Amino acid sequence: MKPGIRWGLVIFISPVLAWLTLLIVLPQVDMFIMAIRAENPLGEMGFSLGNFKLFFLEPIYWRTFARTAIFSVLVTFLTFLITMPVAFYITKVVSPKFQGFLAVLVLMPFWVSELVRVYGWMILLRESGVINHFLLKFGVLEQPMEMLYNDVAMVMGLVYTSMLFMLVPLLSALESLDNNLIEAAYDLGGNVWSIAMRIVIPHCLPGIVSGSIVVFMLTLGNYLTPNLMGGKNGLWFTEQIYNQFIASFNWNQGSAFGFLLLILSSGIIWLGLKLTHQRLGKVVQ
Amino acid sequence: MLRKMIALLVAMVAGFCFLSTPVSAETLELLTWKGYAPTVLVDKFKAETNIDVKVTFTNNEEMIAKLRATRGAGFDLAQPSQDRISSVQEKYQIYQPIDISKINADQIITSMLDAVKKNTNVAGKPHAVPFCWGTDGLVVNKKLAPNASDYTDLLNAAYEGRVSYRLKRPTLIAMAFAMGEDPFAKYSDPVAYKALMDKIGQALIDNKKLVQNYWSNGDALIQSMRANEIYVAMAWDNGGWKLHEENPDIDFVAPKSGAMGWIDTFAIPAKAKNPEAAYKWINFMLRPENAAIFTNLEKCGTASKGAIKLTDASVRANFERSFSDADIDNIKWYPPVPANLESIEGMVLDKVKASK
Repeated sequence: MKPGIRWGLVIFISPVLAWLTLLIVLPQVDMFIMAIRAENPLGEMGFSLGNFKLFFLEPIYWRTFARTAIFSVLVTFLTFLITMPVAFYITKVVSPKFQGFLAVLVLMPFWVSELVRVYGWMILLRESGVINHFLLKFGVLEQPMEMLYNDVAMVMGLVYTSMLFMLVPLLSALESLDNNLIEAAYDLGGNVWSIAMRIVIPHCLPGIVSGSIVVFMLTLGNYLTPNLMGGKNGLWFTEQIYNQFIASFNWNQGSAFGFLLLILSSGIIWLGLKLTHQRLGKVVQ
Repeated sequence: MLRKMIALLVAMVAGFCFLSTPVSAETLELLTWKGYAPTVLVDKFKAETNIDVKVTFTNNEEMIAKLRATRGAGFDLAQPSQDRISSVQEKYQIYQPIDISKINADQIITSMLDAVKKNTNVAGKPHAVPFCWGTDGLVVNKKLAPNASDYTDLLNAAYEGRVSYRLKRPTLIAMAFAMGEDPFAKYSDPVAYKALMDKIGQALIDNKKLVQNYWSNGDALIQSMRANEIYVAMAWDNGGWKLHEENPDIDFVAPKSGAMGWIDTFAIPAKAKNPEAAYKWINFMLRPENAAIFTNLEKCGTASKGAIKLTDASVRANFERSFSDADIDNIKWYPPVPANLESIEGMVLDKVKASK
C-alpha cells in the first residue's frame, strides 16, 4: 500500500477519538485540575493536595472505600458462583433448541431500567411487602420482619443487577469448549469436581476474568442499589462523591474522590489480573 | 465504497442537526420542587400565554449544583429556599437580581416579600420573591406513638425501628433546638457551630439503631407511614396533612421546641433565556385564585395575598389543628446560611450514615 493518509481509517477512527477526547479525556483532565485545587481558610482557590490527604486522614472516607471495595469483590464472586452453573446448563446441558430461549429469559429483566428492578425488590422485601405477606399467611412468621435496608438485601440486589454482565462472557467462553474434552475426562475417571476445576474453569478463565472486571466496576460505581436497598447503613463510596458535590458544594473534594475511585479500582483490577495470570489484552477479546 | 460511507456520515450529521432544531413555540424551563407546578396550572398558563412550561423536579442542593455547573444557564426560573440564596449567589453568581417592578407586588403578602427581599439581598439588590411556605416538624401516628411531641422523640427508644428522618441539614438544626441550643445564633461562629454539630451527630449515631431508614423521597416516606412501618418521622407539614386525609390517626405535630419554618422562592438564573416568561409565571402563580388551587392540592400556604380566603375549609382546618397561637410564635424561620457551613454539616451527616 502506498504511504499517505488512509482516509478510510481516519473516517472510522475519528468518531471514536472524538468520543474519547470530548467525553472521557477532557472531563477527566478537568476533574483532575479541580481535584488538585482547594480553598484556603481565606476562601481563595489555590493548588493543594489537601483533598487527597483528607481521604487518607479521615477514617470514614477510606473505610467507606474499603467497605465498598470488599463488598464489590464479594458481589463479583457471588455473581460468578450463581451464573457459572446457569451458563453451563444453557450451553452444555439443555438441547440446542432451547438455548436461545433460555438466554432470552435471563436477558428479559434487563429490558426494564435498573430503578424499576430495584423498586420491584423493595416491594417484595419490605415489611409490608409480598414475601412477608405470604410468610405471615402460612404461619412461618408471627410478626412481619424487616428484610430490606440491610447488607444482605443490598448484596442480593447488586448480584441480581450484575448477573447479565457475567453471563454473556461465560456463555461465549463455554461455547468454545469442546464437549469431547469433558467426555474424555470422564472416561479417564474424572469426577464433577476435578473436571470443573481442571478443564472447565481453566478454559473459561478469560471469560470469567472479563465478566468479573465488568461486574466489579459496575458494582463499585453503582449508586442506586446501595442507596435504596442498603438503607441506613448502605453508605457506598459513590454516595460520598455525590455528597461532596451536592450537599457540601465541595466540587474539588468530590473530584479528588472520583479520581481516587478510578485509581484504586484500577489497582484492584490490576491485582486481580496478576493473581489469575491473565493479560488485559487477552481478556477483553 | 468510501464515497457511500462519507455520504452516510453526512446524512447522519444532517439528520442530527435537523432533529435538534428547537421548536418555535415559547417555553419556560422551570427548576422546582415536586408538586410546585401542578398540571392544572401549567395547562391554564399555556392557555393564557401560549408558553409551554417544562418542569424539572429537584431539591435545594441539586438545584444549586445544576445551576452552578452551567453558571446559571439552562433554566429560566428556579425555586430555592430563601435561606440558600445569598451565600450561594455571592460565591457562584448563579442568579440575576429580580426586577421588582415587573412583579405584581400587590398580590404578595407584604411582610413576607420584605423578609425575602432582605434575606436574598446581594450587592444591594434582591434576588428572589417568595412563593410558598411551610414548616418541618413531626408527622406522627397518634395511635401507635401517642406521646411523640418533640424532635427528641426521634431518639426515643420506645419507637425503636419505627423512626425515620432525612440526613439533611434541617434534621441537625431541629435536633439542636430540641436539645436546648440555638444553632442560628452560632451561624457566625464556625468553631462553635462545628462543636454543636459534632454533638448532634454523636447523638444521632448513638441512636442509629432506632431508625428504620433515612428517607430521601417524600412519596416513599408517605408510603411507609401509610403501611404503619413508621410511627414517628421528621417531615414537612403538608405530607402529614395529606396522610391525615387518608388516615385520621396520622397527623402533623408542631414540635415543642418549634417547627422549622421555610419559605421557597422564585429566583431567576443568571443566564435565563426567557426571563420575561419567568416573570409571567411568577405573577400567574401568585394570583390568588391560582395560588389557592396550588394550596388545595399541596396543602401548602403561599405568599399570595387573599389566597387563603379561596382555599378549602379543610386546608385551613389542618393549620388550626396542628398549630396553636403559641406554636406559630415558636416557629423557627431559617436565617440565610453563611458560606462553608454546608461542609461542616456534610461531614457530620457522612459520619452518621457511615456509622454502625
